[in-house]
Amino acid sequence: MKNLKILKNSGFNWLLTGLILLGAACTRSPTANKSSATAVVPSTQVTKADSENWPTSFGFGKPATAQEIALLDIDVRPDGKGLPGGSGTVLAGKAVYAVKCAACHGKTGVEGPNNRLVSVVETDAAGTENNKEKTIGNYWPYATTLFDYIRRAMPFNAPGSLTNEEVYALTAFLLNANKIIPAEAFMNAETLPKVVMPAQKLFVPDDRKGGPEVR
Amino acid sequence: MKSETEDTPLFHKPLSRRQLLGGAATAAVVLVQTAVGKTVQAAIPEAAVIPDDPTKKQGPLPSELGTRSGYEKPVRKPSDTSSRTPLQDLYGTITPADLHYERHHGGVPTINPEEYELYIHGLVEKPMKFTLQDLKRFPAFSRICFLECSGNFRSNPAGKITPQEIAGLTSQSEWTGVLLSTLFREVGVKPNATWFLAEGSDAAVMTRSIPVKKGLQDGMIAYSQNGEAIRPEQGYPARLFLPGWEGNTSVKWLRRIEFSDAPFMTREETSKYTEPVKDGKIRQFSFDMDARSIITFPAYPVQVEKGWMEIRGIAWSGRGKITQVEVSTDAGKTWQLARLQDPVLDKAHTYFRHLWQWNGNETEIMSRAVDETGYTQPTFSQLVAARGDNKGGYHFNPITTWLIQRDGQVLNKPDK
Repeated sequence: MKNLKILKNSGFNWLLTGLILLGAACTRSPTANKSSATAVVPSTQVTKADSENWPTSFGFGKPATAQEIALLDIDVRPDGKGLPGGSGTVLAGKAVYAVKCAACHGKTGVEGPNNRLVSVVETDAAGTENNKEKTIGNYWPYATTLFDYIRRAMPFNAPGSLTNEEVYALTAFLLNANKIIPAEAFMNAETLPKVVMPAQKLFVPDDRKGGPEVR
Repeated sequence: MKSETEDTPLFHKPLSRRQLLGGAATAAVVLVQTAVGKTVQAAIPEAAVIPDDPTKKQGPLPSELGTRSGYEKPVRKPSDTSSRTPLQDLYGTITPADLHYERHHGGVPTINPEEYELYIHGLVEKPMKFTLQDLKRFPAFSRICFLECSGNFRSNPAGKITPQEIAGLTSQSEWTGVLLSTLFREVGVKPNATWFLAEGSDAAVMTRSIPVKKGLQDGMIAYSQNGEAIRPEQGYPARLFLPGWEGNTSVKWLRRIEFSDAPFMTREETSKYTEPVKDGKIRQFSFDMDARSIITFPAYPVQVEKGWMEIRGIAWSGRGKITQVEVSTDAGKTWQLARLQDPVLDKAHTYFRHLWQWNGNETEIMSRAVDETGYTQPTFSQLVAARGDNKGGYHFNPITTWLIQRDGQVLNKPDK
């Protein structure tokens, strides 16, 4: 058994070693019985951690060209990286919204039936003001997310069908409806990343980390 | 015991053509000639051939695809946004693939595996694209692991709610694919890459930002689920799979990975999968699924009889192995260790059992999971105390309590 000591002590290695020894015992091959040292030679080879044998590159797959990537690379970061050319005004956005968005999100972005987009303060019967429903105005931390999401996924029944100008315009309209930018503002690759969203300061990283404390 | 469906006989209804073609259980397969003279297998509905004595009649011949017994009808519970696993109908930890929960944001896309390509670019030495066949040529990796939506919590004031409705957005499979670390090495991830964007090719073109560290730790791209090709609802032909993390991060129908030095702040990771906590703050990038358990028997809608029964359920943690499950049969006054069914795997559903003799008095039963970090599944009120009243619906993992009435009816005790 001392030969086993030269093997690395990982579960996978032990399993392989067991299989090899079992195989040797069952077949009673003369080679295996004659000298345990010879049996160990192949086992040390097969029990190498497979990453040791891995090539630097398998060579699978093909290089992706810049043109191929550009067709798919539609994401936009908060610093504006990824924003395309084009521009849109609040007024233009209002017109697009009425035609392509109002059916799902309501005439003013409040009525639904689907997600409320515009923040409104509601007063209940007891006179308490409530603005809890998550909207762009009170919950979304970055304005660039609005452009990114509308462009990739909206409208729901025709995703990806809007032009960049329409997306800029809708972004401007919704930011204005949430009282974040003035009515005369226009959104483009320069102005959009500069918009500071009211909710951004509320976001904190996850502080759960397991252990006894409930967080 | 009595279930809701017990008074609906399965095989005594006249069969319509629609049932014959789609809905009916299949009892046998026979060989028939088609109009063009080709011999094919055809299914006969079970109702047509149930013999009085199965030992006196030859059964069906071997067939291409197995079927469930017509007497067994486990089904998911769909809503507009998701479809939930029938936890109360399962006896083990592996979820049959057709009962795996579904959640998606733009429907299930149809993707031709011959045309599938995964692009990896951004902060890498070699921007690359891989076909499905390319992915399958790499050294493969398998693990059994749960997948849970972080919005996996429902309650009902009347208590008439099943394990499926409460926590059916968790399922477990054996996932096989290629480790992200293998692909990361192939493309040469640059040292300043700290995040990557994962993007799906569904109608939502859904995206999440993932720390590179997680990808290197245990992330994989899965193309197989329980030994067969992954199902369309779970991301066919290939998906990201991040063990122990909220399901939304395991982006399905994965088409693109882009490395970056900052998160992208996508819609899902800002306006959706974040949760209000104390002091008006909003918790973001809450990836790990905390430990949870649920008793799946006895549970609503069953009715139990006095005497011996085995309390059964599942426990899981996104932070490692389940170390123990405690069961209370006296409304939380005392707790006993349940027996854990081997194997107890890392970040996996673990089956537990607890033998109990019910004396017929009204009582409450509940389970709580403990994981290897020392975390104990909290009560609803502990979670509210920690996070405040304005808590969101995500990452809510309270102890589930079942009320057993004197007549044996089991109801969920609503959380307070």
